[in-house]
Amino acid sequence: MLAFTIYLSFAGALLLAIMPSAWSRGARVFALLVALAGLAVALIAFVQAGAQGTVAIVDLAWVPAMGIHYTLAADGISRVLVLLTGLAAVAGILFSWNIGDAEGDRANEFFAFFLALIGGVYGVFLSVDLFLLFVFYEIAIVPKYFLIAIWGSTRREYAAMKLALYSFAGSAMVLIGLLAAYAQAGSQTMNLQTLALHPFPIGFQMWAFPLVFTGFAILAGMWPFHTWAPTGHVAAPTAASMLLAGVVMKLGAYGCLRVAMTLFPHGLDPWGFSFLGIGSWRTVFSLFAVIGIVYGAAVALVQNDFKFVIGYSSVSHMGLVLLGLLTLTQIGIDGAVLQMFSHGILAGLLFATVGRIVYVRTHTRDLGMLSKLQLGKAMPFAATLFVIAGMASMGLPGFSGFIAEVQVLIGAWQAFPWFAIVAGVGIVVGVAYTWRAMQRAFFSDEPALDAQGAAIPIPEYDPVTWPEIAGTILLAGASLLIGLYPRLLLDVIAPAVQALPHALLTGGR
Amino acid sequence: MNALVNYSNLFNITLPETILEVVSLLVLIVDLSWLRKASKATRMASACLLGVAGSAAAILWLLAHPESMSVAAGALVATPLVSAAQIGILILTALVLLLSVKAEFSRNPGEFVAIILLATTGMMLVTAARDLLVIFVALELLSLSLYVLTAFAKSSAQSSEAALKYYLFGGMSAALMLFGFTYLYGLTGTTNLSRMTSALGGNHLPLEVVALVFVAAGLGFKVAAVPFHLWAPDTYQGAPAPVAALIASGSKVASFALLVAVTEGLVAPPSSESGNQTWIVLLLTMAAASIVLGNLAALVQTSVRRLLAYSAIAHAGYMLLGIAAHTPQSGAAVLYYALTYALTTVGAFGVIAIVERATGSDRIDVFAGLSRRNPLLAAAMLVFLLSLAGIPPLVGFWAKFNLFSAVLRSVNSASWPLTFVILALAASAVSLYYYLQVLKRVYVAKPTQPEPLPISIVELTALAVIALAVLLLGIFPSVLSGWIPLG
Repeated sequence: MLAFTIYLSFAGALLLAIMPSAWSRGARVFALLVALAGLAVALIAFVQAGAQGTVAIVDLAWVPAMGIHYTLAADGISRVLVLLTGLAAVAGILFSWNIGDAEGDRANEFFAFFLALIGGVYGVFLSVDLFLLFVFYEIAIVPKYFLIAIWGSTRREYAAMKLALYSFAGSAMVLIGLLAAYAQAGSQTMNLQTLALHPFPIGFQMWAFPLVFTGFAILAGMWPFHTWAPTGHVAAPTAASMLLAGVVMKLGAYGCLRVAMTLFPHGLDPWGFSFLGIGSWRTVFSLFAVIGIVYGAAVALVQNDFKFVIGYSSVSHMGLVLLGLLTLTQIGIDGAVLQMFSHGILAGLLFATVGRIVYVRTHTRDLGMLSKLQLGKAMPFAATLFVIAGMASMGLPGFSGFIAEVQVLIGAWQAFPWFAIVAGVGIVVGVAYTWRAMQRAFFSDEPALDAQGAAIPIPEYDPVTWPEIAGTILLAGASLLIGLYPRLLLDVIAPAVQALPHALLTGGR
Repeated sequence: MNALVNYSNLFNITLPETILEVVSLLVLIVDLSWLRKASKATRMASACLLGVAGSAAAILWLLAHPESMSVAAGALVATPLVSAAQIGILILTALVLLLSVKAEFSRNPGEFVAIILLATTGMMLVTAARDLLVIFVALELLSLSLYVLTAFAKSSAQSSEAALKYYLFGGMSAALMLFGFTYLYGLTGTTNLSRMTSALGGNHLPLEVVALVFVAAGLGFKVAAVPFHLWAPDTYQGAPAPVAALIASGSKVASFALLVAVTEGLVAPPSSESGNQTWIVLLLTMAAASIVLGNLAALVQTSVRRLLAYSAIAHAGYMLLGIAAHTPQSGAAVLYYALTYALTTVGAFGVIAIVERATGSDRIDVFAGLSRRNPLLAAAMLVFLLSLAGIPPLVGFWAKFNLFSAVLRSVNSASWPLTFVILALAASAVSLYYYLQVLKRVYVAKPTQPEPLPISIVELTALAVIALAVLLLGIFPSVLSGWIPLG
C-alpha cells in the first residue's frame, strides 16, 4: 500500500510533464491532489501499521542474474519519514501557490520536477534492496538541480550546480562502497537485511564505513561538507528550500543509519590507537557533528540574509541528528529520528515564513531592510507564525524540537559527555540567533524614514491567502501534536531502533 | 591455414554481410538510374530507407539463425555474443540512416548510403574475426569507409580537415598495428587468436612488449583511448552529424568487441597463473589516462560535439577497465556498455543534427531555451545526456553498475580493480558537470530565438524510439539478458 506513494508521485510528475503549458493553474491543483493522495496513503499506512515491526510491501525479482530485487518494506523509521515526506510535499505545494499566477511561470514543469523529487524521496525511505535505494537516491538529484536553477533566486545557477555536484560526489562514494560490499559478499544479493548479516572483514569495514557514511552525510549537511546547504537553501524557490531542508537532508541522515551503520557496524569500532584523543571513526564523525552544531549556530548568528539564518540553522540541527545516530544508544537514535521529523516540519515552516509569506510581500530578505518595515505590526500573521516556529525550533517544551533534542543530548551524555556539553552550548546559541532574527525582522523599533527623514506609514500588504493558512496549520499543528504527545512517533520509532543490528546498539562492541 | 574451408558454412556465417554488400550496390543502382532525375531530398530519403531495409533483412537473418560455429580454421566465428554485437551494430546503422533522411550536406546520397553500408559490413566482420589477417582487412574496410564518409560534406572545409586528420592518424596507427601483428606472427608462428595464448607461452620476450605496444596503438586509435585520441574531437566536430554518430556508435561497438576477443587471445584466462601482464598494464594505462583526460577536457568545451568526443574518450576508459579485467562476465559487460552507450550517443547526435540544421552551429549556446522551442527534442536530450552521466533509472547507469561490479569481481590480481573503479566513479562524478552545462542551456536559459524548432516525423520517431529504449532498458534491464548475460 505504501508503495503507492512512489507510484502516485511519479505518475503525477509524468502527467504534469506532458500537460499543455497553458493549464498552469490546473497544474498546481493537480499537483496538490497528488501530494494529498500521497499524504493520505502515508497516514493510513502509518495508523494501520501502528507499532508493528517491518511491514513487507512488495518483493519482485528485478535482475535475477545479479540478485537484485525490487523490494520495498517499511519499518517504524521508514513510516515516520514517509509521513514527513507526505507532509512536506503538501506544504511545499501550498506554499508555492503563487507559481502559475503569471504567464511563463512554467508551472507544470515546476510541479513535475517537484513530484519527481518527492517520488524519489519516498522510494529511498521504502527501499530494502540497496540497489533500489541507490536508484531512488540518485533520481532525487536531477529535479533538485532544475528546481533551483530555473525557479531560484540569488546566484541560482551556481548554487544549483554546487548542490548537484556535492550530491553526485557523495553518491559516487556511496556507490563505491555498495559495489565493494556487493562484490565482497559474493555478488549474490543486494538485500540490505541479508547483506547486513554477512560478516565483512573488519579491515574492509574500516574503509568502507567512512566512505559510505561520508557519502550520505554530505547530503545531511555534515560539517565540513555542508557548504552546499546554505547556498542551496538560499537560492532555491520556497518549495524547494522546504523540501531540501525538510526531506532531502533527511535522505542523507537516513542513509547514514540505514546503509553505512547497518552494513558496516564494525567500522565504528576503535582503531586500536588514538591521535589527539580521537580513536575511531565514531569519534571523528561525532566531532564533525558537534562542530556542525556549534558552527552552524554561530554563523547563523551573524547573517544578514534572513534565509541564510535558516539555512545555517539547518546545518546546526542536522548536526544534532548525526550526533544522535552516533551515540549508538536507543535513546540517542530515537531522538535522532524524531529530530529528523521535527526539523523537517519546522525548517519547512521557517522557510515558508521567510521565503514565501514575507518575501513575496516585501521583496527583501535583508534583515537590515526588514527591521525598518515594522513587520510586527504590518504582518501580524507572519510575525506570530515566526515566533511559534522559532520557539519550536529552538527547543521550547510543547513542540516537537524539545523532546527530540533532549533525547539526543541524553544519549550523547551517556556516550561522550564532553560532546554533549558542547552541543548544549550550540543549542543556546540557537536561541540567540532565533531571537536576533525575530527581533530584527519583526519587532524592531527602528522607525521607517524616507530620505527627508519623514516617517513612512506602515504599508498595506496583501492579505494572507488560504493556501498559506492551510500550510501553516498543517506544519505547526504537526509539530505541536508531536510535542504534546511524542509517543505517537516514539512508539513507532523505538521498536525499529531496537531491531537494528545488535553490534550497533552496543556501541560497536 | 591448413584446414579445408567449408564454403557452405562460410556462406552461412557471412550472409548478413553479403546482404549488406548487395543492398549497397542496389542503393547505388537505384540512385544512379531510376532516381537520377528526382530531387535530392527524395534520393536521400529513398537511399536511406533502402539501407534501413537492408539492415533489417540482415537482422532478421541473424535472429532466425542463431548459430555457434567457427569457419575457415577459426578465422571467423559466430557465437551468441558476436551475433548480439552484430545485431546491435545493424540496429545502430539503421537508426543513423533514419536520422540522416533529412540530411542536406551531400549531393551524392546513393554513394553516401552505400559507403555507410560498407562501413557496417566492416564493423560486422571486425566483430566476428579471430585471425590477425582478417582482423586487419576488416578494420581497413571499416576505417577507409569512415575516412570517406567524414569528408562527405564537400562544401565544408571543416569536414575535409577532419577527414584528413582522421586519415593521417588512422593510416599511421594501422601501419603500427600491422607491424605489431607481424611481430606477433614471428613470435608465435600463428595468426589465429585462439592459438596465440598457448604459443606465447610463459616466457615473455622483450620483442613481445614491442609487438603489444604497437597493437595497443592500433586498437587504441579505434576506440579513441588516450594517448591515441587526438583525432576524435576534430572528427566528431567536423564530420557530418550522421557520420559522427556512426563513428561514435557502431565503430566503437565493433572495436570494443574486437578488443575483448584480442585480449582473450593474448592473455590467459584469469584463473591460470601465467597471465600476460604487459597487455593488462597497457590497457590499464590507457584506461586511466582516458578517464582522467577525457573528463577533464570535456569540462571546458564550448562545442557540444567536442564535448561528446571527450566524453566518448572517458567512456572508452571505463570500458577498457572491463577489458583489462578479462573475465567472461566483464567481456559481456563491456559489450552491454558499448551497445547501450552507442545507442545513447546516436540519439544525442540526432538531436545535435536537428539543432544544427536550424541554427547552423553546434556551440553550446545555440541550445539555449530548447525546452521552449521544442519540448520533445529537449526531453530526448535530457534522457540521453543523463544516461551518459549514469543517472538511474536510465540504461547508462545499469551499464556502469554492471561493468564496475564485473571488474570488482575479477580476482585475477588483488588490488587494481578497486583502485581503478574508485578513479572511474570519482571521474564520473565530475562528468555530471559538463552534461549539466548542456542541459542548463536546454532547460534553464532563455531562448535566443523564440520560434519553434521544426522536426520531421521520421526523425521524431527515431529519437522517440531511442529515448524510450534508453529509459525502458534502464527500468527493465533484464530484457537484454537473453542476448548479453548480465552479472
